[in-house]
Formats: sequence, structure tokens, C-alpha cells
Amino acid sequence: MMADDAVICYGLGTTDPRAIFGTTSGLADRFGSDRVFDMPTSENAMTGIGVGAAIAGSKVLMTHQRLDFFLLAMDQLVNSAAKWHYMFGSQTNVPITIRLIVGRGWGQGPTHSQNLQAWFAHTPGLKVIIPTSAADAKGMLFEAIFDPDPVVMIEHRWLHNSIGNVPSGRHSTPLGKAKIIKEGRDVTVVALSYLVVEALRAESILSANGISAEIIDLRSANPIDWPTIQNSVRKTGRLVVADTGFKTCSIASEVIARTSLDCFASLKTAPQRVAMPDVPEPTSFGLTKDFHADARDICKAVSNALNLETAIEIPCSNDITLHDVPGDWFKGPF
Amino acid sequence: MVYPVDAATSLDLYECMYLIRVTEEMIASRYSEGQMRCPTHLSIGQEAVPAVLSQFITTNDYAVSTHRGHAHYLAKGGNLPAMIAEIYGKETGCSKGKGGSMHLIDLSVNFMGTSAIVGNSIPIGVGLGLRAQLAKSDQITVIYLGDGAVEEGAFYEAANFAVIRGLRILFVCENNLYSVYSPLDCRQPPNRKIADLARAIGLKSYWTNGYNTEECRETLKVAVEDVRSGGGPAFVEAATYRYREHCGPNYDNDIGYRLVDECEYWQSLDPLISLRSSITETTQNGLELIAEVEERVNREVSSAFQFALSSNFPDPQKAFEGVYSKSL
Repeated sequence: MMADDAVICYGLGTTDPRAIFGTTSGLADRFGSDRVFDMPTSENAMTGIGVGAAIAGSKVLMTHQRLDFFLLAMDQLVNSAAKWHYMFGSQTNVPITIRLIVGRGWGQGPTHSQNLQAWFAHTPGLKVIIPTSAADAKGMLFEAIFDPDPVVMIEHRWLHNSIGNVPSGRHSTPLGKAKIIKEGRDVTVVALSYLVVEALRAESILSANGISAEIIDLRSANPIDWPTIQNSVRKTGRLVVADTGFKTCSIASEVIARTSLDCFASLKTAPQRVAMPDVPEPTSFGLTKDFHADARDICKAVSNALNLETAIEIPCSNDITLHDVPGDWFKGPF
Repeated sequence: MVYPVDAATSLDLYECMYLIRVTEEMIASRYSEGQMRCPTHLSIGQEAVPAVLSQFITTNDYAVSTHRGHAHYLAKGGNLPAMIAEIYGKETGCSKGKGGSMHLIDLSVNFMGTSAIVGNSIPIGVGLGLRAQLAKSDQITVIYLGDGAVEEGAFYEAANFAVIRGLRILFVCENNLYSVYSPLDCRQPPNRKIADLARAIGLKSYWTNGYNTEECRETLKVAVEDVRSGGGPAFVEAATYRYREHCGPNYDNDIGYRLVDECEYWQSLDPLISLRSSITETTQNGLELIAEVEERVNREVSSAFQFALSSNFPDPQKAFEGVYSKSL
């Protein structure tokens, strides 16, 4: 907002005492209520209003505390934001960034926990980013705000307390690029969102078992960085994709389909998919016990990809005591 | 009170209405040739409201509209040949063939787009108004909508926000009684006045007869002046009627959703014919002046069609371009 007066920021709760999990704290005091404001509970129109303001020169940042509420805005997202540039012959552009926070655990249940990145990535005209690290959250958000096209940014609530080195000042990370976060030889593991954390846990288990996994943080679901993924697969010959979304028609499905088409000859074994079951997330502490894919599932998938005859020894996780929270820092309610 | 209207103003108004009428009639008469290959919603019968409004707004003011947007585009000063070329799908079209009849734009007059989805362009217009307010501009934004759009949640949501922020927005609701073939009485409760409903949201609200150009002038003049001076967003419901079918070039009074009598009643009040008579009766050389206008407009329209017909289709490869402003 310091970089450009045209940037405006709004969303339900933007200026309330909780400030969207602290992410918008103090913005209204610094930049004024014209540019930073709370909004009526009108997801659809407020998205269209953002599109209109963007067409006329604003750079719009809108935030929703849960992605699921934003489903009311599909008309403005799909029919307006994604189309306005194309359907009027490239005469206008729509610089709007929409932050969508995804919940998990602590009883978030069927309508507070949906990872619908595949919906958005399926719509031509939208860019879809899913930063995992703290540095990428800053760098990619900065880049998204100043990108001339609509960008949907999916933020997993369980990543909100991630700790990492974040460059100060203007820090911009190009959109549309995956990142190799651990180099390896035997298998390529493409993960996104919170499952990157689980993929890194899996990597250390695999490493202890003598398996060298290359871990790629996808970071962008539209466009997908095919060169980075496919160069890796050509090297390792094996692919596992871990996705927080529902399995069928997921981003994982697309990564596997496209890589199979393009790198069929390089694949030594069938690609493996780790994703949410095609079932709404239940609410009960009891029901979610074995519900989500985690490091163990990724290890199993790697084991399948490597055709291992003996199972990988998976130690009991000591760093998580309860399955429905990301760590001690999370005490609910959402 | 009726403001005195000078002859030149009346003639300008007539020219705008006539331009819309002749353009739409030409589209209707050539549609069956099969070269305008897109859904097309004609404004024949609905010319008066946008034409009158055009006398109070400037090219700097914003406007957005709907699937039935030809009249709004033309009244805002949108480029006629580019609109016809767009309907023909040509590369010279105002949206370069990507949009068609339902997606018209002319940025040179701040006509910011039309949308096929009912109610969809209402929030877009409010967003334009928000930007104007942030830029400390006194330009107003006209949002055209129909009676069907007030049944959409997007209308309430967007109008509510316009009221909260006190935006310079003029909602112009052309109530033509039908949403496709569905009459008002199956869509809204009896005795509902759309203008009252808008007032309840907090908009300054007016009702006007869209078939009476003088009454329409009074209402729209007051509404535009008030919105421009910062009096807050306003809503005008204008009674109007489309002569042709919802979508396409034909009359459809025979299919049974409305009565021939009803259509004939509105046609008997045709605002073009009334205004024409009033000019010829009250203005010196009225007939000659009218003939001059009509001849000029006829030439413009036929040359616009020639332009469109002689233009090329876009290169098919262009279909794959322009999804993003900045490809990654």
C-alpha cells in the first residue's frame, strides 16, 4: 500500500479487532478508511465491485476468512473477473487479488475446510497461487497485487504460524513458478499448500530409509510450472503428487495426467496421487482421526512408486500430539 | 413543472432515438441472413430512456449495461460501425469479435461493458463509482438494469454498498414487464413498486414514464444533477416496453405469453412518433429538420453495416490470445 496509492484492501473483518488472523492489523490506521475497510456481508457484489474498481484503476486486495463463503461470488469471479480482459478484446484488465483462507481440523467441518484450488485453476483467465513458506506468502502476494490479472491466492490456515526468513522491504516472487525445496534422485514429490509440510516430514523419513526424494512446492496451480516438474520427473522417473483438494479432478490429477502425456517414456512406474478423499470433511474429532492425507500417506505412495517390497518404517510422530491441530499454537475456534 | 425544451434539444433527442431505432430495425431485417451469428437482444421500443439520459451525462461519466445493451451503447456515444462489426464477429468489432452483441465496450466514451448474466454488471458499475470516489472525481456511473435484475441478490448487495459509501451512482431500471417470457406477476408480488423497493434500500428513488420523453427528461435531469452534486446514489424506474421477442429479430406476440393488444397499446404511444409529431408541429421547418436528421442517420447506419460486412473475421489464432493481460 506504500508502494502505490491505487492499492485498496477490504474484506469482512479487515478492520475488526481480530484483523483477519492479524494479517491486516493496523492497515486502516496507516492508510485510512477510504483504502482499507470492512464490508457488508455481500461476497458476490463486493467481488464485482472490486472488479469494477480494478477496471477503472484501483489495485484491489480482497480477503475472505474462509474460502467456502466466497463460493457465493462465483458469478463475479468466473463471469466478470476472469472474462473482462478477454471478452472485450484485451482493452481492459482486472488487477484484483483475492485471498481465500482454508480451514482444517478443530471441527471446521464440511463448509469451513474446502481446498477448491482445482475449481479456480479450471477457469481460464484466473491465476491461482498457493504459497506455503512465509517468504513466498509475502513475495507472491506482493507480485499478485501488482499483476494486471485476477489472482486467487489460497492460504491454508495451518500455515499461518509458519516461521521462516522473510526478506524485508519490497520482496516480490514471480508467479507461476514451482520451487524445488529439496533435491533428490529417486522420486519426484510435487506437493502444494499444507501438504508441502507433510512432504518435508515424509522426506526425512524416506531419507532415513535410504530413499532420496526431490520435493517440489507447486506454489502455483494456474499456470502450472511444467518445466520444473517435468525436468525433475525426467531425472527421477517417478512421480508422487500430494494435494489438499478432493481427489477427483484435482490439481494432482492434472499434474499426473499432463506429466504422463508429456513424459510417458521417462516414467518407470505409475504416478501416485495423495489427496483428500472425495468426501466432505466431517466435524467430529473422532471422525477426522484418519481423514487427512499426511506424511505417512506420502511415504506409502513413494513406496508404491518405487515398487518396494518391504514397507518403509514410519516412526510415530512426536511433534503433533493431537491430529486436528497444526501445533500447540492453534487453540481454535477457527 | 416542465422545463422548456428548445427545438435543438428536441431534435438531438430525436436523432439519438432514431439512430437506435433504425440500427435495431436494420439488425432485425438482416438477422435472418445468418451472418450475425450471436444471441441479439433488440431495444426497439426502449429507445427513449437512454436517449434522454444521454442529454445529461458526459462522455467522461461511466456506464455499464446488460444483454440488451445496444441502445445504451449508442446513447453513450459508442462507435456505431464497431458495434455492428462486433455483432457480425469481425476483427474491427468493438470487442474484436470476442464478445458479440452481449459484450459491448467503448472506452473512448467510458462505456465500460455489458454483461449477458442478469445483474452481473451492477456490482461492476458500483466498483467504477467507488474508484471515481477514491480518485475524487465527480463523474457519475450509470448502471442500466431491467426489472428481472432487481430479483437478483447482486442488486441488493451492490445498491447497499453504494448507499453506505455515498457513491455517485445512478441505477436506471428499465421495467419492460418481462424477464424473457416470464411476466412480472409470477416474479414479484402484486402491488410491488420496484422504485419503492429501491427506496427502502436507501437509494433516492424515482418512477418515470419511459414512453413520455418530457416526463422522462424531468426525472432524469433531477436525478443526474442530484447524484452529480454528491446527493448520494439514486434509482430511476422507467416504464417501457420491447416490441420484439426477448432474443432475436421477430415479433413474438403469437406464442402466447403476452397479448397482441398489449404490444399494440404501447406501440400506439411510441415515443419516437410522438416526439417527431411534436417537433414537426411546433418547430419552424420541423419537417425539413427531421428529414435532414433521418437522412443523415440512415446514411450512418447503412455505412456502418457496409463497414461490418466488408471487414474481415479475426484470424482464428486470435481466439487463443488475450486470456491474460500478462501471460506467465
